[in-house]
Amino acid sequence: MDDRDFIELDGVEKVFDVRRRTGFLRRERREVRAVDGISFRVPRGEMVGYIGPNGAGKSTTIKMLTGILTPSGGRLRVAGIDPAKERTKLAHRIGVVFGQRTTLWWDLPLRDSYRLMHRMYRIPDSRYRENLDRCVELLDLGALLEVPVRQLSLGQRMRGDIAAALLHDPEVLYLDEPTIGLDVTSKAKVRGFLRDLNAERSTTVLLTTHDLTDIEQLCERVMVIDHGRLVYDGAPAGLHEVGGSERMLVVDLERELPPIELGPESPARVVKVEGPRQWLAFPAAASAAPLVARIAEGYPLVDLSVREPDIESVIAKMYVSGSAL
Amino acid sequence: MVRQRETVSAGRSRLVEGVRAYGLIVAMWLRSTMAYRASFVMTAAGNFLVTGFDFVAIMLMFGHVDALGGFTLPEVALLYGTSATAFGLCDLVLGSMDRLGRRVRDGTLDTLLVRPVPVLAQVAADRFALRRVGRITQGLLVLGYALGTLDIAWTPLKVVMLPLMVLSGAAIFGAVFVVGAAFQFYAQDASEVQNAFTYGGTTLLQYPPSVFATDLVRGVTFVVPLAFVSWLPALYVLGRDYPVGLPGWVAFLPPVVAAGCWVLAGLAWRAGLRAYRSTGS
Repeated sequence: MDDRDFIELDGVEKVFDVRRRTGFLRRERREVRAVDGISFRVPRGEMVGYIGPNGAGKSTTIKMLTGILTPSGGRLRVAGIDPAKERTKLAHRIGVVFGQRTTLWWDLPLRDSYRLMHRMYRIPDSRYRENLDRCVELLDLGALLEVPVRQLSLGQRMRGDIAAALLHDPEVLYLDEPTIGLDVTSKAKVRGFLRDLNAERSTTVLLTTHDLTDIEQLCERVMVIDHGRLVYDGAPAGLHEVGGSERMLVVDLERELPPIELGPESPARVVKVEGPRQWLAFPAAASAAPLVARIAEGYPLVDLSVREPDIESVIAKMYVSGSAL
Repeated sequence: MVRQRETVSAGRSRLVEGVRAYGLIVAMWLRSTMAYRASFVMTAAGNFLVTGFDFVAIMLMFGHVDALGGFTLPEVALLYGTSATAFGLCDLVLGSMDRLGRRVRDGTLDTLLVRPVPVLAQVAADRFALRRVGRITQGLLVLGYALGTLDIAWTPLKVVMLPLMVLSGAAIFGAVFVVGAAFQFYAQDASEVQNAFTYGGTTLLQYPPSVFATDLVRGVTFVVPLAFVSWLPALYVLGRDYPVGLPGWVAFLPPVVAAGCWVLAGLAWRAGLRAYRSTGS
């Protein structure tokens, strides 16, 4: 196996047979293509964001990558292993954090859950101690080890869960909504830790999230899935171009004036006027300089600023159009 | 040949892995329970009392009739005691398997599937509850009463038969539990169906067979092998005739039946898990 093909998917499909009661005895069978032919490669040590609306096929992909679900078609390999066939063998090499389902023991001190991992994964004592110490230090768990998990806050528990998934030195870490429901400080802590983990240990990280700040701060690559298909795969910044997003030029004029007219060939259009301030939208890929020059030429310009589109609205647009690649 | 040997050793190591994982998880549940000591003591006592009422009910019936289907009270106690002990053992070891349905529904089964140990062991150990020893203790008390009162012509075979029937019985119940759990991969609310076979099954066994219609007896003997748990071996120990003219050696079938049941249970479990992994939740 090549390190560049650490995770490999070739035309992976997952089709569910959904049976629904439509009458007293009648049942309707419907085929749902949760994942509809996805192909991508993730090299070792990459941190990738995997995003999409609910029901797009994110979780189904993660479940196939961890061996929980068997693909209906296509080829899938993680570290050279077919997850569906060798689920338990793969389990030693992957770490999984399901954001909303803790694997920690509710009534027992945090440390006890780690001891179980130690023995269940047969982690050598020295490795275990070293990894635990490291997680405790970086995730700030020192004061929490002897506290029953039920008494932990959501953020503390998430940190505890992440540590539990890393004690056996997994080569790849799957995180499903790792920052869901966390406060700002906890989010920052989790993100900082993941960044360090990826940098120091070159652990491959695949994370799904609804929080696009996670993606912007952590990932150099993002994949967007919708209706079971990959609609974007590239740098987070590139989403703007593909999503057909617009930047906003905000200009302050000397006085209240009718909307700025720039002629039919100009890419910009006025979207809002508020006293002397006007908002002009123009394609994110276009340069602002000629636009500013044109306005300065014909209007009494006092001040201006350019606002970048937020990734959220970009993706929302992409989902609506449902077309990108 | 080599491949076959590899498969066999892989199967054995999976069994060892499974039992080891079961032990690890059970230890965690015991520690969890001990976090609430008072609650544990109270539920254990409650469990003991509730199961004890079953026996009281039978005693009351004997207050009105001299014999139940030709069986005296100590004889019924032998049936009840062996069956209750066997069921109690199984309930202690595998009692929370019917929670699998909930795990399938709320998706927490997935957290078990990403671990490097057999899922069956993890599901079997789920919510292990030591309070269930109450049922075993009660079964053993009734059994003790029966053995102390009955005038049995003991032979070495009969002495061997007693633990054999309890252990095989527990194993047969266990296989039924596993099949019931495997069924939950398909049917979401199968918990109730499973109880019809297990808890319902024990009640049937705790009464002598001739109370029920012959057809039902035949059905239970052949269709649901639960019959081997208690009455055929008990009839042997008591030195009584078998129903429907069965030959004498059938009393010694329980271990064979138990092994057969586990093979079927294993196949059912694998099929269920495969179905879950191909359909998901």
